[in-house]
Amino acid sequence: MKYIDEFRDAELVKKTVAEIRRVVTRPHTIMEICGGQTHAIMHFGLDQLLPPEIELVHGPGCPVCVTPLEQIDKALAIAARPDVIFTSYGDMLRVPGSGRDLFSVRAAGGDVRVVYSPLDAVKIAQQNPDKQVVFFAIGFETTAPANAMSVVQAQAMGVTNFSVLVSHVCVPPAMHAILGSPDSRVQGFLAAGHVCAVMGYWEYPPIAAQYQTPMVVTGFEPLDILQGILMTVYQLEEGRVEVENGYPRAVTFDGNKPAQAVINRVFEVCDRKWRGIGVIPASGWRLRPEFSQFNAEERFDVGDIQPEESPLCQAGLVLQGLLKPDGCLAFGKECAPEHPLGATMVSAEGACAAYYRYRRGLEIKD
Amino acid sequence: MKDREPVYIQSAMCPVPIRDRGHIILGHGSGGKLSGDLITDLFLPPFDNPALRAGDDAGVVSAANCNPLAISTDSHVVRPLFFPGGDIGRLAVCGTVNDVAMMGAVPAFLTAGFILEEGLEIGLLEKVVASMKEAAAEAGVLIIAGDTKVVERGKADGLYIATSGVGSMLPGTHISGSLAQPGDKVIVSGSIGDHGIAVLGARGDLGFETDIQSDVAPLNHLVSAMLDTSDNIHVLRDPTRGGVASTLNEIARQSQVGIVLNEPALPIKTAVRAACEMLGFDPLYIANEGKLLAIVAPEDADAVLAVMRQTRYGEDAVIIGEVQAEAKGRVLMKTAIGSTRIVDLLMGEMLPRIC
Repeated sequence: MKYIDEFRDAELVKKTVAEIRRVVTRPHTIMEICGGQTHAIMHFGLDQLLPPEIELVHGPGCPVCVTPLEQIDKALAIAARPDVIFTSYGDMLRVPGSGRDLFSVRAAGGDVRVVYSPLDAVKIAQQNPDKQVVFFAIGFETTAPANAMSVVQAQAMGVTNFSVLVSHVCVPPAMHAILGSPDSRVQGFLAAGHVCAVMGYWEYPPIAAQYQTPMVVTGFEPLDILQGILMTVYQLEEGRVEVENGYPRAVTFDGNKPAQAVINRVFEVCDRKWRGIGVIPASGWRLRPEFSQFNAEERFDVGDIQPEESPLCQAGLVLQGLLKPDGCLAFGKECAPEHPLGATMVSAEGACAAYYRYRRGLEIKD
Repeated sequence: MKDREPVYIQSAMCPVPIRDRGHIILGHGSGGKLSGDLITDLFLPPFDNPALRAGDDAGVVSAANCNPLAISTDSHVVRPLFFPGGDIGRLAVCGTVNDVAMMGAVPAFLTAGFILEEGLEIGLLEKVVASMKEAAAEAGVLIIAGDTKVVERGKADGLYIATSGVGSMLPGTHISGSLAQPGDKVIVSGSIGDHGIAVLGARGDLGFETDIQSDVAPLNHLVSAMLDTSDNIHVLRDPTRGGVASTLNEIARQSQVGIVLNEPALPIKTAVRAACEMLGFDPLYIANEGKLLAIVAPEDADAVLAVMRQTRYGEDAVIIGEVQAEAKGRVLMKTAIGSTRIVDLLMGEMLPRIC
């Protein structure tokens, strides 16, 4: 398959791994920030190919994992209303709120639908004028343009029964949080290719400079990820600190300007709580006041919720790269995908779920 | 941004788990872990008997003075009722014929129960029945009893069909998911995932067009040819709901063996791969309705493969893996790039990823 097979070529993978092994002389800890990359690393077993000096730690880049519990509880409360059609990306349905998930709400009679695009949710609103249609607008900079566009479209078409429950988060503030933590072990970053396809990477050089941490914009296929690792290792070995683009077929320095424009038109920066990490200042987006008529939190009475947390789950440490999933005492025992303790065990992009699915108790043979 | 204070990172926070569900969710019907738990925890204890406990596609029993019989039942709830390559009628016949055939039995008779929704077009029902007739003729089975119920509008998705089938066991055959042995080869009869993607496409859920046809077909003639060739076919299964991954996991557990797949050998059509790449699905978990998995002693594998390739529904058959003693109860995959990963049971519904 064109544009896929070339980037999974076994011979080129071997060559790239050999080059990484050739240049590495000392231990390096590299974080991939994006959950899609975590999933790909485990799916393809890329970490098994790397020399022991390279340790990959997994960042907080799974949008499902970091969506705070109270936002999920708000979603559950709205979705349970008889006058509501609640629409969401598929992954979110399995994430537990305090005591239940969107699947449970659907089984109990709630109208919960999976959509591939928020624009589909706007269509559903047009087709069901007697219902309130709510879209759960979560994710990083990748999903933000389409989510913002749904609001723009609904406004332009006069669809008044459509609203969004927004829980957007941004990558650069999370990088600050991780690198600024006294416990940080991260020496190099693989920046998330899809996020950078939208935003470019002009935000990253000051962060790299402040924390003296090399960064490489990295894609999602096996060769992309190994190339990102190789470029990071080159920098670490040579003592360079730069932001380099290892994913030029999708990413430019400036990013996608029209997409950024629609984000800025609809959303404004706000403090945002990250599940497993806590509040990070100026790390999220919310609707601008001029779009408040599309704000589901205002349209429905979903007041303050104080969720209960599991004392066993250490997802917070996992999300910061301080703990490997299988280093958690609950991993595969109290916590498994069919009864997750934390969101990192829920989404396919969550580090714990990826370990459980592809690596649980697996004896690696050379 | 440079003058930012370090962010104080709180200790771990996570929600309480959802362990006990008081309601059926769609994931209970996905053929994965939730389905398995429902059978093990809820259905098996009250009905427990050796035929059911065997956990195969059909129960094998002996009535007085009779050859052993394989008996199976299957309900069909596909939407839409007609899809590229097939329809609910063909599916209802083939699904049960295949379940009986996978025991090494010769399917002979079916029964069919129809649940019809008020308002269903008679002409549409006629088309479905004609399709059943054609599939039954192809398989060489008779539909010898039936039942019809009509429910109010809105209480069913147009038409549901439940079929049961019976066939007599070929003398001397002993085929079960519990008989896989280390060293055995794993054969699949053709491309993976066609049915599931064809149905998704027909629903308009893909958001793009594909020309993928469902593979729905009766496999009993293929099975007969295979059994004529070898006495060392240990397991036969049709990887329907839950796909190849779920079926092989069941076998690995039943037989207490490890199964290792060879990724480059997996036959997956480009259009199916493309659809899966776009949606974040794994073809190993997509349903098939006209494919079988055979686990065969290594010395007979090539002969079985050769015979399969001469049949209409086995011409693309290929060896995709091997059974081993290690990693009992697990399915592993040797990837094209030289690493190894687990191929696990599906947890619930297959969900498209966010990005």
